[in-house]
Formats: sequence, structure tokens, C-alpha cells
Amino acid sequence: MTWRMRGLAAVAVLAAASAVSIVAAATDAEDHAADEIRKYRQMLEDGNPAELMEMKGEALWREARGPTGASLEACDLGLGPGVVAGAYAQLPRFFADTGRVQDTESRLISCMVALQGFTPVEATRDWYRPGSDLEALVTYVATQSKGMPIRVPVSHPEEARLLAAGGELFFRRSGPLDFSCATCHSQDQRRIRLQDLPNFLNPADARASMVTWPAYRVSQSAVWTMERRLIDCVRQMRWPEPAFGSEAIVALQVWLQHQGEGGELQSPGIKR
Amino acid sequence: MSVRRRLFGLVAVAMLASSSMAGASDSVTDAIVREAFATATPEEWRDRLAQDDAQALCSRHRNLPPPEVAAQILESQRATLRLPDDGRLMGDWRAGEKLASIGTGGHIGRIQPDPPGRAKGGNCYACHVMAPGEVAAGNIGPSLTGYGRLRGNTPEMQRYTYEKIHNAQAFFPCSHMPRFGHNGWLTPKEIADLVAFLLDPASSVNAGR
Ligand code: HEC
Ligand code: HEC
Repeated sequence: MTWRMRGLAAVAVLAAASAVSIVAAATDAEDHAADEIRKYRQMLEDGNPAELMEMKGEALWREARGPTGASLEACDLGLGPGVVAGAYAQLPRFFADTGRVQDTESRLISCMVALQGFTPVEATRDWYRPGSDLEALVTYVATQSKGMPIRVPVSHPEEARLLAAGGELFFRRSGPLDFSCATCHSQDQRRIRLQDLPNFLNPADARASMVTWPAYRVSQSAVWTMERRLIDCVRQMRWPEPAFGSEAIVALQVWLQHQGEGGELQSPGIKR
Repeated sequence: MSVRRRLFGLVAVAMLASSSMAGASDSVTDAIVREAFATATPEEWRDRLAQDDAQALCSRHRNLPPPEVAAQILESQRATLRLPDDGRLMGDWRAGEKLASIGTGGHIGRIQPDPPGRAKGGNCYACHVMAPGEVAAGNIGPSLTGYGRLRGNTPEMQRYTYEKIHNAQAFFPCSHMPRFGHNGWLTPKEIADLVAFLLDPASSVNAGR
């Protein structure tokens, strides 16, 4: 561990401890959730804990790992092997080697399998746990697109198919509460309790939301990737848990990114 | 409306209805949904993923059904209305008040499921302003503050309110509001408690101002 990493680890512990106490305060005063978020933002202004994840992710990207002892530096995220800058802004996209449209998460997993020799099970194990390798890698990749406009390609027929499917899925109602994404995200200025809901049919809202992912969630003391966010919304809908990396989750992201096209990425964001 | 247009409308409705009833449709999402939930149990498929006619039609029309389809949904949903066996439409408003703020229950999956038996509520506050003292109220639905004070609690209002909570789409096709009774999320007694919460003059919904 270099001195830099050691220092970071100490900061990480401090950040986690303060995040926990901030969260406890917020639970006591749920009525003032919106005010609290403003406070978190101020307190964390000069140190989004996600930046630690970014550094952990960069180290993981460069480290020789797995059965083959390779790094991820030859991974093709869509702009050519090893090109990280700008890649997140153009994902999901079609990859000829896997024959699938992939998001950042599923593409990184393909690279971990193909380059480092991990099995898919190893590469995805505990991906959703706070501090997971995948969370760190996605944060690193996303921050390398900071300031760049979201622009997902729809030139390949598979990309076009998923864009259409994503739009349909957004309106697909089922389950004991008749929910679809549109129940909560198809009107301006709506809230669930006090939580503001972006209207993804409104490009201004979609841009404002999509540019902030992945995001550090103060209430969870963890960075959430977009897959994690969407899988949690599906949980709130009382549907079963969709498979990680499934076409449904990728299709929703193609559609959401398309709605947010042109927004300049500010990753990593910070949320309640 | 010309006979031809009306006939066309009916045929279109019949086609939509039969395709959704068969569980198959020309939607590009069906295969995608099957893949995403390949590990769901048959019960989860039946109760949480398969679409009934109203769900399928509202999805297809993105919650803006054309008049013919809206009429069809209204008719099929009105046919689901049931009053409670004991005839009691107004229960205990305090129990209803509690149900209105419970947002847990029914979450499944590996990451953050509810523990078995976790209380399941209506979570009305997620979408409605109700008692004026509760500020953490959402706005997907209209404000219901003073609902009973403004509209009275006649037998007709009790019945409308009960039926509305049982199946909102019997009055408003493709409403964003869940069909709490029809889907078996709330029991008849729980719905009656919520009716009392909205209509009882003593309820916090009708307090003050
Ligand atoms: C029952 C309501 C509900 C449904 C249905 C729902 N969501 Fe959400 N969604 C929320 C809430 C509440 C938040 C904000 C959570 C927070 O900040 O803690 C959110 C946040 C999001 C965000 C992140 C917004 C941001 O930038 O902070 C995205 C993206 C999203 N939802 C997409 C979806 C999609 C896609 C679906 C359907 C698969 C969906 N949601 C279904 C309630 C819902
Ligand atoms: C996900 C959002 C949502 C939830 C949860 C919800 N509602 Fe609604 N509700 C709506 C919307 C939208 C409307 C307006 C459209 C309509 O009439 O269906 C509405 C309308 C109503 C109306 C009719 C008001 C009128 O003026 O006639 C009543 C009564 C009502 N809701 C009661 C409830 C109760 C009680 C609960 C909890 C058990 C509840 N709602 C939960 C969204 C919701």
C-alpha cells in the first residue's frame, strides 16, 4: 500500500463514520429530508466520498489480477482497447465480440472474464455490496467522462431494438401495485413523500438526472451504479429482482441515456 | 361516428384483448422480460410479472387509451367491484391513518427483501397530501385534505370512496393509483378503515381549518 493509498483508507474510514451520523440525523427528521440533502451537499462539498471509489477503481483497472494475471488496460469499452476517456458517455452500446448491447457494468464483467480469466460468477459476486470492485471500476470509468455530453449510439440494429424496448419497458405495468416506471417518472414536479422524482419524458429532467450517475448515496454510504439504481426501483415496484446485466436493464439504460442525450456528465454525483 | 369506424374500433379492441389474454403480444419486450426474470418462480410470474388485460392495455397505450379502449377498461374494471360481505364501508379511522403511512411490505429479491410477515400498508402518503399535519406527503395524486369535510359522508360517498380504493380504474382507466382491493393488496376491512380515515368527521384528514 503506498502512502497515498494509506491516506485514502484513513479518509475513507472518516467519511464512512461521518456519513453514518449524518444518516442517523436524517432519519430522525424525515420531514426535513430536502433540507438535509442540502446540508449533506454542503458538508461533502470538498470531498465526495465517491472520489475514493474512483481511486480504488483506477488502481483495480491497472492491477494485474485474476488467473491470467492481466490488468484491464486492454479492455475495450467501445472506443478501442484501453480508451477510458469518454467511454461512459457513449454506453450502453453494441459490442461485436459479445454480440450484445452492454452497459458499463456488463462490459467490465466481459473484460474481467476475457482478459483476467475470472468466471462470470466470480466477476459478478457481491457486485451490489458497498465498496465492491465493480462499484469502484464503474466509478473510475464514469469519472473519465466528466464534462462530456451523453451520446449513446443507435446505429446498430441491436441498439435500435433495445432503445425501442426500453421505451416500452418504461410503460410496462404489472404486479400487485400496477406500477411501471411511468407511474413515478412521467410527470413534472412530482414527489413520492418528499423525494423529488425526475420526469424521464422531459429531456431537461432526464439530462439533469443522467449526468449525475454513478452517485454516492449518503443514506447507504455507498456508490450506486445505474444498474443498482434501476434494480432498486424494480424492487420498489414489487417485481422480482431482474438479472444483473440482463437486456431489460440495459434497454432501460439505452432509453434513459437517449432521453438525457447532450447532458454533460458530472459523475460521480451525490444523493440522499 | 360512422358504422365503419365503430366497427374498426371494436375489432381493434377485440384484437388487443385477445392477444393480451393469450399472454402473447407483438411487443418487443416480451422476450426481454422473460430473460430478465428467468429465475422468478411460477407464483412470482403469476402475481407480479404477468399482465392482466387492464395492465396490458394501459402499457400498450402508455396510460392514454383511446376512447374505445378506455370504455372497455372502465367496463371490465367496474365488473370487479365488490362491497364487503358485512356491508361495513366505514371502519376505524385511526387504523386507516396508520395504513396510509405504511410503505413497507411485499418487497422481494435477494438484495433487500422485506422480512416475512412485514406489515403491508396502502402508503397513500406516498402520493397524496392527507392530514394537514403530515408534511411528508407526495403529489402523484390529488390532495385529499378535508376530503370528508368538503364532500360529506353520505352512503353514496362511502360507497364511491370504498370502490375507488378497491379499484381506481373502475372510475379512471389507466390511473396511476394501484387497485388495492382488486389486486388483493388490502383487505375489505383495511379499505373500510381507509374510507373512515377519509370520511369520518373526527379523522385527522378532516381536522382544522
Ligand atoms: C414507486 C415509485 C417508483 C417507481 C415505480 C420507479 N421509481 Fe425510479 N425512483 C423512485 C424514487 C423515489 C427515486 C429517488 C430515490 C432516492 O433519491 O432515494 C427514484 C430514482 C430513479 C432514478 C435516479 C434519479 C436520480 O437521478 O436521482 C432513475 C434513473 C430511476 N428512478 C429510474 C426508474 C425506472 C427506469 C423505473 C422502472 C423500472 C423506475 N425508476 C420506477 C421511485 C420510483
Ligand atoms: C402511486 C400513486 C397513488 C397511491 C399510492 C395512492 N393513490 Fe389515490 N390517487 C392517485 C391518483 C393519480 C389519483 C387521481 C386519478 C384517479 O382518480 O384515479 C388518485 C385518486 C384518489 C381518490 C379519488 C379522489 C377524488 O377526488 O375522487 C381517492 C379517494 C384516493 N386516491 C385515495 C387513496 C388511498 C386511500 C390510497 C392508499 C390506500 C391511495 N389513494 C394511494 C394516486 C395514488
